[in-house]
Amino acid sequence: MRLELVRRPEPSRAMMALSPLLAVALTVVAGFVIFTLYGIDPFGALYVYFIEKLTAWWSIQDLVVKMTPLIMIAVGLALCYLSNVWNIGAEGQIALGAIAGSILPIFFPDWHGPIVIVLMLLMGILGGMLWASIPALLKIRFGTNEILTSLMLVYVAGFLLDWLARGPWRDPNGHNFPNSRPFGDGQLLPVIAGQHVTISIVFALVIAVAAWLVLRHTLTGFQIAVLGQAPRAGAFAGFSRNRGIMLAFMISGGLAGLAGICEVMGPLAQLRISVSPGYGFTAIIVAFLGRLNPLGIILAGFVLALSYLGGEGVQITYGVSDQIARVFQGLLLFFVLACDTFIFYRMRIVRPVPASATVPEVKHGNA
Amino acid sequence: MDQANSSFSAGIGSAPLLATEGLTKRFGPLTACDHISLDIRHGEVHALLGENGAGKSTLVKMLYGALQADEGRILWNGAPVTIGSPAEARKLGIGMVFQHFSLFEALTVAENIALALPPRGRRELSDTIRKVSREYGLPLDPAAGVADLSVGERQRVEIVRCLLQEPKLIIMDEPTSVLTPQEADLLFVTLRRLSSEGVAILYITHRLSEVLALAGRATILRRGKLVGTADPKQESAKSLARMMVGSEVAGIERPSRPETAQKPRLVLKALSLPADNPFATALAAIELSVNAGEVVGIAGVAGNGQQEFFDAISGERLVAKEGMIAIDGQPVGRRGVNDRRRMGAAFVPEERIGHGAVPGLRLSENVVLTRHGTGEDISGGYIIDRGAARAVEERVGERFDVRRSGADPKASALSGGNLQKFIMGREIDRTPGILVVSQPTWGVDAGAAHTIRQALVDLARGGAAVLMISQDLDEIFEIADRIAVLSDGRLSPAFPAETMTADQIGLLMGGVHHGHDGASPAEAHHAP
Amino acid sequence: MGMLELQGLILTIITAAMPLIYAALGELVAERSGVLNLGVEGMMAVGAAVGFIAGYATGVPAFGLLAAIVAGMAMASLFALLTLIFVANQVASGLALTLFGLGFSAMIGDKYVSVPGLGLSRIHIPGLSDIPFVGPIIFGEDPLVYLSIVLAIGVGWFLFRTRGGLIVRATGDNHTSAHALGYNVVRTRFLAVLFGGGCAGLAGGYLSIVYTPQWVPNMTAGRGWIALALVVFGTWLPFRVAVGAVLFGAISILQLSAQGHGIAIPPQFLAALPYLTTVVVLVVISRNRMLMRVNTPACLGQAFVPDR
Repeated sequence: MRLELVRRPEPSRAMMALSPLLAVALTVVAGFVIFTLYGIDPFGALYVYFIEKLTAWWSIQDLVVKMTPLIMIAVGLALCYLSNVWNIGAEGQIALGAIAGSILPIFFPDWHGPIVIVLMLLMGILGGMLWASIPALLKIRFGTNEILTSLMLVYVAGFLLDWLARGPWRDPNGHNFPNSRPFGDGQLLPVIAGQHVTISIVFALVIAVAAWLVLRHTLTGFQIAVLGQAPRAGAFAGFSRNRGIMLAFMISGGLAGLAGICEVMGPLAQLRISVSPGYGFTAIIVAFLGRLNPLGIILAGFVLALSYLGGEGVQITYGVSDQIARVFQGLLLFFVLACDTFIFYRMRIVRPVPASATVPEVKHGNA
Repeated sequence: MDQANSSFSAGIGSAPLLATEGLTKRFGPLTACDHISLDIRHGEVHALLGENGAGKSTLVKMLYGALQADEGRILWNGAPVTIGSPAEARKLGIGMVFQHFSLFEALTVAENIALALPPRGRRELSDTIRKVSREYGLPLDPAAGVADLSVGERQRVEIVRCLLQEPKLIIMDEPTSVLTPQEADLLFVTLRRLSSEGVAILYITHRLSEVLALAGRATILRRGKLVGTADPKQESAKSLARMMVGSEVAGIERPSRPETAQKPRLVLKALSLPADNPFATALAAIELSVNAGEVVGIAGVAGNGQQEFFDAISGERLVAKEGMIAIDGQPVGRRGVNDRRRMGAAFVPEERIGHGAVPGLRLSENVVLTRHGTGEDISGGYIIDRGAARAVEERVGERFDVRRSGADPKASALSGGNLQKFIMGREIDRTPGILVVSQPTWGVDAGAAHTIRQALVDLARGGAAVLMISQDLDEIFEIADRIAVLSDGRLSPAFPAETMTADQIGLLMGGVHHGHDGASPAEAHHAP
Repeated sequence: MGMLELQGLILTIITAAMPLIYAALGELVAERSGVLNLGVEGMMAVGAAVGFIAGYATGVPAFGLLAAIVAGMAMASLFALLTLIFVANQVASGLALTLFGLGFSAMIGDKYVSVPGLGLSRIHIPGLSDIPFVGPIIFGEDPLVYLSIVLAIGVGWFLFRTRGGLIVRATGDNHTSAHALGYNVVRTRFLAVLFGGGCAGLAGGYLSIVYTPQWVPNMTAGRGWIALALVVFGTWLPFRVAVGAVLFGAISILQLSAQGHGIAIPPQFLAALPYLTTVVVLVVISRNRMLMRVNTPACLGQAFVPDR
């Protein structure tokens, strides 16, 4: 007896909706097992991990702060992956967004106001785009694999940021801490709720809804779908594959850059040697958990933001390494990918052929 | 090997070499093979006849161990056997030559053949390949890379690979579909020789002429059921066709060309295009003029530049000079595919899935594929007018009898024939002035093929210029008014169809260099 | 630069190349079978952590290395399950494996961060190893250096001289045909991926047990990704991949030694060199489209579901 995949004639709509939920449920089960293996009360730990953070206003604020960059970046990545372009270097594009956006307040510390804020945001977007344009151009011009180049540039961006924050852009009055000078109010995003929820969450939600509309109703969305699924049909429709690659990298790089500068202009309030705790990679999971649908990504961003906070929670309460958050995130992506299989396939049990027929009897029949 | 010898001596007995009893295979609601019982005798050429979708491939896959039957059994020399895998089939003595070759492009001829045989020394294998291939008139260089071989040579590799297994039964799936008529004749010589040596051949085809020329017996399948076994000597092409299709075969209605409409609509002047990769064909100085009211057929064996030819005319690849291609007198060589569509051209590529249509998108979305740049019907501009696209989809579906499961399904949910009708209809619905189509009825059942061919003729007679690239000579003779042959990226002049024979086309297919073979009679192909 | 210093430099370059050689050779076999496993970094990280812990627990480096191999294979089988059985997207699954592996290794290695590692003694052949300069380089390496040479030759021999290798290459070139001829595509790929995982695990184990030797989270520092790039750079040929690994070992060591010599370039720029070089090397090799097209396994990254 063995299992066999059978392609469904039409993708299952039920599984499309169910698959992410199932994946989250399986991750919780896996969490139960892991906590038990660690000798921790699994019910308590799961409560701390997944529920506790939703019960206090301050932690809900944290949640919103964390889900903002995740949503922004994941929306861009989703457009990329739908185009069958594999930008996995968002983490580097975040850094470049943060760097480019910080140029104004670092060189003109006294310049404040709404115009500066808008300019900083725009420069952040441009910075991310610029960094993303490198793998895009290399792919278009030389056919270089964008997965590897975009990832290599993450390391390069990290070193660049590190050098700036420790070297030329370090705060002269900062007691040698590897930070830039703190930015002033007129260089930061306005807080719209609580102590640190800035307007960037509105950006993220607007971007997600806009992306959904573009994908569903416009020629750009159609182009992304066609080029992503069937490049030859894309050429047949008169769409340029190269322009599609560039577009995907520009959007995803720009959004990652925006996320980067929003971190700097929000929770960090200065440029530091690190501006992201791996949002660029976690956003990959967000994109897939959201089934590459911008509206789904909003929900997925919430789940992954919770996984960060939950990790901190169990570290404080139970002394487990907060790296458990990354384990959960990785597991979640495993489960999403496995569950997605059932959108397109059914699992069938194949029983062996009845035993009546046997292997060649030719030999003795002929002898 | 020892087994193969022993079974040959025993094969003279009364039992047929291979027999099936009530062999049945179901895929979901579809019964691809419905209680098929047939027998194949030692050393006979047995034709398996049926149109696309009749269940031939499924039956053969069960005999070759690639599929397992749901019901029924297979007898080998009278004894029931289970053929669990192709390897077991080979062990029994069943070899197979695939229609879409199962070769490995990155490997050498010898490596390709080694994969189908029990392990043996490299040197010895190379020697054997050289010897056997020469013996059967299929010379091969064992060290050559398969990627560098022509289609005909690739088939040789398949056949030699099969022969080296010393099979008792060779299954051949539509082997002549990729050959020139002359190559096909040579193949028939080889097959007859094998048959005289006691090897049985199960020959799958939908070409009636080949059955008449080659087969001792013919089994006919229709919609998964066995219609009957016939003696081709007692039958005519017409009676076989009736058994195959199940009704009288309707001919294509071809009214004569209107005398007035002779103006050229699509003109190719010194059209050249360099190869864009090491395995592609370059186009060289192609001259052709397609006039209003006519269907011009481009014959040729696959891989002689058909893909490049289509891409150049459609504008998916731009050519060097504007003047190389003209639509209604306007040079368009440097203009993109949508520009050409706006000028009244329409295109249907060879590959349905992934080129002519996106499988994961709905039919209405596939309407948008070729209309978003022309402004016809779906006028929304940047915003896609889904309602209008749905309306086109409905219209095309009705007019061309596209059988769909539910409203506006994904393209992947349609059968090959239905999807081809849809794609064809999508373009004809635009009432184009020029239609360029590649392999219009490839893998399509007879009913759909008839609909499509009739639509092409009707479109032309309505004043459009139709350019049809096809490997199917029967199809070309059925509807083309003029015929040109594409060989190694060069196009012959277009001759009036009534002056051409299959032999002449075959010579042109081989190019001028090796057109020596005028003597051998081409009994397999007749111009209608 | 003195002879002794040069000798030391060469020895470190060779050891620095080891993780890359092992990981890249393993990935090469997997890719030759048609599977693109982007999880090398994750498998290496888990190999490094598990190997370190097992070595620490037993005090026997060989046991640690063995555990690293097993850990890498366990990770690989997760990937194989996902991509070969569940036919999930290989790129996404590989990323998942890397993200999971980095997190998992950091979690289980949490308590071992400041623990001293084992190290692996170099071999010593009396007389030969004592020859000045060449002696230590040729006759005085650690055993895994010699094993890597055996592995490079062995992989080449396997792929191009044995039937098993022929089947692996055929599967990577055209899985439909391989299936039609009766070869088990999924099994072949499963084994190739497992081999890749074992090699990546060993590469990680080498890092934490022999090279550094200590455990630090994220200590793989992109080496798994560089190994992936090396497979492309070496156009899927074991010998070229091995040479590429040594070149990269040289670059990463030379930049370190340049930092040590206080060259007036910010250390971050030097540290970025191996990654920038990877980008440049990828560009140079992919410019040659002919070479790429001929050598890239045609089915690389494509899921296989036997049709009916």
